[in-house]
Amino acid sequence: MLKFLTETNAVSGDEDLLSMFILNEIKPYATDITVDSMGNIIAFKKGKRDSKLVHMAAAHMDEVGFIITKIEENGFLKFEEVGGISDQILLTQRVEIGEKKINGIIGVKAVHLQSKDERKSLIKMKNMYIDIGAKNKEDAQKRVKVGDYVSFCSKYTEFGSGKIKAKALDDRVGVYTLLNLIKDDYDEDIYFCFTVQEEVGLRGAKIVSHRLCADTCLVLEGTNAADVDGVPEYKKVTKLGDGPALSIMDRASISNKKYNDFIESVAKKEGYKYQYKKTVMGGNDAGSIATAANGCATAVISLPTRYIHSPISVAQKSDIDDMVTLAKGVLKNLHKFDFDTKVRF
Amino acid sequence: MKLLKKLSEAYAVSGDEGGICAFIADEIKNYVDEIYTDVMGNLIAHKKGNGKKVMYAAHTDEIGVIATHIDDNGFIRFGLIGGVNKHFSLFQRVVFKNGTVGILAYEQSVKEIKDIEVANMYIDIGAKSKEDAEKSVSVGDTAVFLQKFEDLGNKVIGKALDNRIGVYVLIKSLENIKNSENDLYFVFTSQEEVGLRGAKTAAFLINPDYAVTVDVTDTGDTPNCKTMDITLGGGAAVKIKDSSFIVNKEVKEKLISCAEKNGIKYQLEVLESGGTDAGAVQLAKSGIKTGAVSVPVRYVHTPCEMADKTDIDSAVKLISNLVF
Repeated sequence: MLKFLTETNAVSGDEDLLSMFILNEIKPYATDITVDSMGNIIAFKKGKRDSKLVHMAAAHMDEVGFIITKIEENGFLKFEEVGGISDQILLTQRVEIGEKKINGIIGVKAVHLQSKDERKSLIKMKNMYIDIGAKNKEDAQKRVKVGDYVSFCSKYTEFGSGKIKAKALDDRVGVYTLLNLIKDDYDEDIYFCFTVQEEVGLRGAKIVSHRLCADTCLVLEGTNAADVDGVPEYKKVTKLGDGPALSIMDRASISNKKYNDFIESVAKKEGYKYQYKKTVMGGNDAGSIATAANGCATAVISLPTRYIHSPISVAQKSDIDDMVTLAKGVLKNLHKFDFDTKVRF
Repeated sequence: MKLLKKLSEAYAVSGDEGGICAFIADEIKNYVDEIYTDVMGNLIAHKKGNGKKVMYAAHTDEIGVIATHIDDNGFIRFGLIGGVNKHFSLFQRVVFKNGTVGILAYEQSVKEIKDIEVANMYIDIGAKSKEDAEKSVSVGDTAVFLQKFEDLGNKVIGKALDNRIGVYVLIKSLENIKNSENDLYFVFTSQEEVGLRGAKTAAFLINPDYAVTVDVTDTGDTPNCKTMDITLGGGAAVKIKDSSFIVNKEVKEKLISCAEKNGIKYQLEVLESGGTDAGAVQLAKSGIKTGAVSVPVRYVHTPCEMADKTDIDSAVKLISNLVF
């Protein structure tokens, strides 16, 4: 399942393929499914009892990628990024373009042809092109058009000590977790939301949370793991194998203290693994959700992922299992928890 | 100024405003009909009336730091909460919520101060080891600048005058407003310094006819500073524009005519960079007619902010006499 999810292309704004798969998967388990104007999937699952609060769990469907901006006379394609991608990782990467998955390679003129200065400096995305092996513009136009989306081409692979590599683990692992969660039964009513356009500004989540006016939300995400060579201990924001990560705050939101304490209490009681993310950088759908409508008690559980936003992100399989276990434990216990933060004086 | 001293020295970093909310609630309980907090940490005080629904807002939170890692020797790495300037904060004292005091220092391998990054800085709480440090501080704990409030006679100095002055102005205005036709909401908002977040949800909840936010603004009256037509002692500032907000004309006229009618000293403010709660409030729901009153403060976001008492009084008079 995770293999299929990560190998499906769904760059921000072009989530349809993944969305169709998800709709099919959740149909037997959801009480009611809505797809909204932006393409967010909102799957309601009735609980065993009547809920006083509106609970939400969310993961974004979209991944970072590119879009074709121009087809040159010589048949090479100019492109720009969709979401945050570093120029440094692009050269000679394989990509797939559009619905027909046309193969391409991100290229730049050969090292022999570069000036001394060019060789020393970082090559900018605007100086790169995608090569689809076309003879000329007319030939290229038979296969691609301006506005076509471009995804990294990367196979899901297991390697090393229980590790996997794939593209788009951010946030297919969240989607994977939600797909697992919705199969189970819960005491409380829960809205399982698969959002669009997170990577370009937390956009889909904004209208979902305005529609639902949720009281609580659990966001399932992929986050940066920096447990690699050359990084001092204090900069290792999360580590592979130490379990899913809770957030205290990032640039987009401050996690609700009560919700975090609740997750910790569930984890401690059941002996579930977790770690805290040791940075205040980054941002995710929680930023849109926490401040929607009257405000929403929001917390985040993320999978530590090395080389995030690249064609090769690496994660620990046990962390993925632990993430599903912890998230399920949280949703199973929602009814036991008092989220009321209103203090009357 | 006793109240402002207490407010300035209080601890309320963005996301942890509970303590100051309890303090404010105690100060204003005799002047309003109901007081409660919401999920974002806003404190909402309602003084009922039959007229137009008016929301006044001032943010309670202040900038600070958050512990992200404690090393084997007990030194604490940290991240910033809100617009803390890393250079201004070098060798300042900070205090954690539980009273633990530390110094913001930097790695000596960094040769030029201009090259310092937050990643090169740490908090030294004088701990012997990681174990020793963890007795007082955990990862995720937050700290604010430690700085005593000083009354200089005409002027005051303190930390977090941004925006405890705004909080002070709303508390004093509530004491002054005896009979108002308006249905009044006084909101002490959370998480302004990290992105105008509390004001956004509070405005959505209340959905007022009019709103006025009270915050501080920069000045242009210090040696060789950026051009800005705001001076300390020049009166309360009626905000025309900043990076987040352009004033609603009707509210602007109301503020100016209120100042002129009541002989309140005021100045007009155009702030080139910086935003305030008003920006979030005016966009709530289908839009809210919003204005903003600022108290001029020098050295904003340093531990040594300076304000003029007469400007604070002008702002109190302006809010107290405003009628919609």
